[in-house]
Amino acid sequence: MRKLIPALLLSVFAAAPALADVTLLNVSYDVMRDFYKDYNPVFAKHYQAKFNDKVTIQQSHGGSSKQARSVIDGLEADVVTMNQSTDIDAIVDKGRQINAGWEKKFPNEAAPFSSLQVLIVRKGNPKGIKDWNDLVKPGVQVIVPNPKTSGNGRYTFLAAWGYAAKLPGGNDAKARDFVTGVFKNVPVLDAGGRAATTTFMQRNIGDVLVTFENEAEMIAREFGRGGFEVVYPSISIDADLPVAVVDKVVDKKGTRKAAEAYLQYLWSPEGQEVAAQNYLRPRDKAVAAKYAKQFPAVKLFGIDEFGGWKVAQKKYFDDGGIYDQVAASIAKR
Amino acid sequence: MAGGVNNAPRSIVTTETRPVRIVLTGIALAFIGLFLVVPLVSVFIEAFRQGWHLYLAALVEPDALSAIKLTLITAAIAVPLNLVFGLSAAWAIAKFEFRGKSMLITLIDLPFAVSPVVAGLIYVLLFGAQGWWGPWLADHDIKIIFAVPGIVLATVFVTFPFVARELIPLMEAQGSDEEQAAMVLGATGWQMFWRVTLPNIKWGLLYGVILANARAMGEFGAVSVVSGHVRGETNTIPLHVEILYNEYNFVAAFACASLLALLALVTLALKSWVEWRTERLAAEDRRHATEE
Amino acid sequence: MAFKQHSVLPGFKLSLGYTLLYLSLIVLLPLAALIIKTSNLDWSAFWTIVTEPRVVASYKVTFGTSLLAALINLVFGLLIAWVLVRYPFPGKRLVDALVDLPFALPTAVAGIALATIYAPNGWIGQWFEPLGLKIAFTPLGIVLALTFITLPFVVRTVQPVLQDLEKELEEAAASLGATRGQVFYKIILPTILPALLTGFAMAFARAIGEYGSVIFIAGNMPYVSEITPLMIISKLEQYDYLGATAIACVMLAVSFALLLVINGLQWWTAKRLGRRK
Repeated sequence: MRKLIPALLLSVFAAAPALADVTLLNVSYDVMRDFYKDYNPVFAKHYQAKFNDKVTIQQSHGGSSKQARSVIDGLEADVVTMNQSTDIDAIVDKGRQINAGWEKKFPNEAAPFSSLQVLIVRKGNPKGIKDWNDLVKPGVQVIVPNPKTSGNGRYTFLAAWGYAAKLPGGNDAKARDFVTGVFKNVPVLDAGGRAATTTFMQRNIGDVLVTFENEAEMIAREFGRGGFEVVYPSISIDADLPVAVVDKVVDKKGTRKAAEAYLQYLWSPEGQEVAAQNYLRPRDKAVAAKYAKQFPAVKLFGIDEFGGWKVAQKKYFDDGGIYDQVAASIAKR
Repeated sequence: MAGGVNNAPRSIVTTETRPVRIVLTGIALAFIGLFLVVPLVSVFIEAFRQGWHLYLAALVEPDALSAIKLTLITAAIAVPLNLVFGLSAAWAIAKFEFRGKSMLITLIDLPFAVSPVVAGLIYVLLFGAQGWWGPWLADHDIKIIFAVPGIVLATVFVTFPFVARELIPLMEAQGSDEEQAAMVLGATGWQMFWRVTLPNIKWGLLYGVILANARAMGEFGAVSVVSGHVRGETNTIPLHVEILYNEYNFVAAFACASLLALLALVTLALKSWVEWRTERLAAEDRRHATEE
Repeated sequence: MAFKQHSVLPGFKLSLGYTLLYLSLIVLLPLAALIIKTSNLDWSAFWTIVTEPRVVASYKVTFGTSLLAALINLVFGLLIAWVLVRYPFPGKRLVDALVDLPFALPTAVAGIALATIYAPNGWIGQWFEPLGLKIAFTPLGIVLALTFITLPFVVRTVQPVLQDLEKELEEAAASLGATRGQVFYKIILPTILPALLTGFAMAFARAIGEYGSVIFIAGNMPYVSEITPLMIISKLEQYDYLGATAIACVMLAVSFALLLVINGLQWWTAKRLGRRK
């Protein structure tokens, strides 16, 4: 009986059209802020026009894993938009707020756009950095965020690994030596991608910053285009940026319709266009063709070559994993 | 103190030679300048780097305003709570003898020595969705972590000892003769408290409140763990500073930081004023005592 | 003073009861949760986590830099307290007030400001850069931040003791032919020693827990400049709650031990000063 009355009330409110104000909380990672700042008003307008409902979107940004942990511990996010699927899988496994199979709910394994790791060097490229193998040269300082705490750093680690493993005669042992060489040249290990950029641009430390392609555009907007150059390596890793509806929260709040529409709209031409404007590589063929100029073709390999994120996370980045061993061997030298 | 009887002019043998004094003073001032003044000044210079206009714009931006509001609310709840606790703890500890007193004092000091990160973590363990009471709280739709109550709790924890720490030595030094006289003359407990105890400790109390308030408004580590960082909802000023800093919005970050630095300066001014009042009152007391 | 004299005052049960209740709710219960959560680990698992090489390296960084910062403040704190008490100079009141700035200034603000100043292209950092000396983003940067954070402790514990120090003893010693140095080592130092050590221990205790100011300036290199609180955060971000609580327990134990030392020192101070009265 006690549950009946709220249920009745709820149905009354749900039935009343046009009056429902929906508030969604999008828990996202550091560098997505600029994209969602542009996307949220576009979506709100679309939603209002289609359903005659007003939708307000709140944002929370931070390191990808830190944000996932907040959701696990009870931050009531309606949707999560992360930079790697492990963070969403963690919510599935540890918090059970998201149902398994989330990656099948939307096209492209639930990743509406992608990015890749690029090399950002100082104006005029004084150290002549062209590709990954230039990062292990003595005297080259590399700025990378910490792979333990940052998805951005993990993509860089795997990109460098993949490059070395795919060279003629490459294998895991050589890849490991190569990655050790790269991380030996890292003078500062920031907790997140944003802090790494600050170290490189604001503090003027390092010769090359390895980060997402879309982050390069943000640097240009904030620091001006004169101070740096973007170098596309011969091969890089395809960083799919997945999204998911937080089932437990939307069912409790009754916001499933709006939350699903919010994510679905990311695949619409309008959403894809906003993504392309923010230098995120769109899935939509027409939008991709329109913005082809700003996305040079780069040979890419995917996380599936490492057995998917679940396997890769455990093998490379969990405590005692390969990254820890690499870090320990560097410290001992 | 036993001093004051002999106010003989300072003898040359109990101080250092002039050059030594100048050198020592110089080193001390240089150290303070390098470690305290330069960082303080740099905050304001960075904040005003691109002029007044941007500075003000950064402060009246809605997210900044809501961060300021949340910070004020948090301090307005946490400080009075710890004020009441401080009074009660100091009363029990300073005026009565009981077993385990020194243990109690150590426990009161504990939040001061516990890392703020640990302080945040313990509340996540209690109230987080995976914590002890998480499921119960979720069933009853009560939000603590990632909402205002969690931020207030973490702040209460880190500012816990300030008032008590200030009052205990003060009330111990004052003894309880005056209170006892009041009781013997027939005052009720509350009358005695309002008319005798409170006037005696009001400056020390204010001092503790000022320090607790500064810490409450400036806490970063503990609040960061329990906040959830929802813009316009659960961001306090220090967290807002971090976010702005991570968005390369350095002017705005330092503008909000300067607000906290300004608060620090006001705190210091208030503190000096309280000290000056206390000293003057003590001096007056002494004069009265010698006149009588 | 005897117990009976106090019993005329009201409110003992109320105030002590409330104190214990509030203390339990805000401090003891949450800390108990931490310990109970950690006890889910068996001893060998606990030991493996807290003695992992990277965590051990972080203890070394945390304790090493905290010790260094506390030592710097032991020397300069004493000097500042001495100058403030003994020597007249213009602007003394202002300097005296400024000493408390680290108590009042939020640590995150301090961290950002220090990182800006001491970065290789910062106001002060640029002068050290040509010398090959890097401050920000090295353990030196951590020492710097911790020195800032803990600067007031030694000054504020030593200052009142110096103020109350009786001149007569110094005068007597000097008139008996003691040099200034002898007076300092034989008379002044023994008197202020407990206060000096208390301030040192408090500074050390505060420094090992510090997080906000340090992460902005530390560089966070594994085995080199990672502090223990960062290891807790790092464990949390890998969803390793047990690991995080295990390390947190170690820190808690250290904090508690240090507090016991501090209270012992304070008792010693009180005894020493009491005897001189």
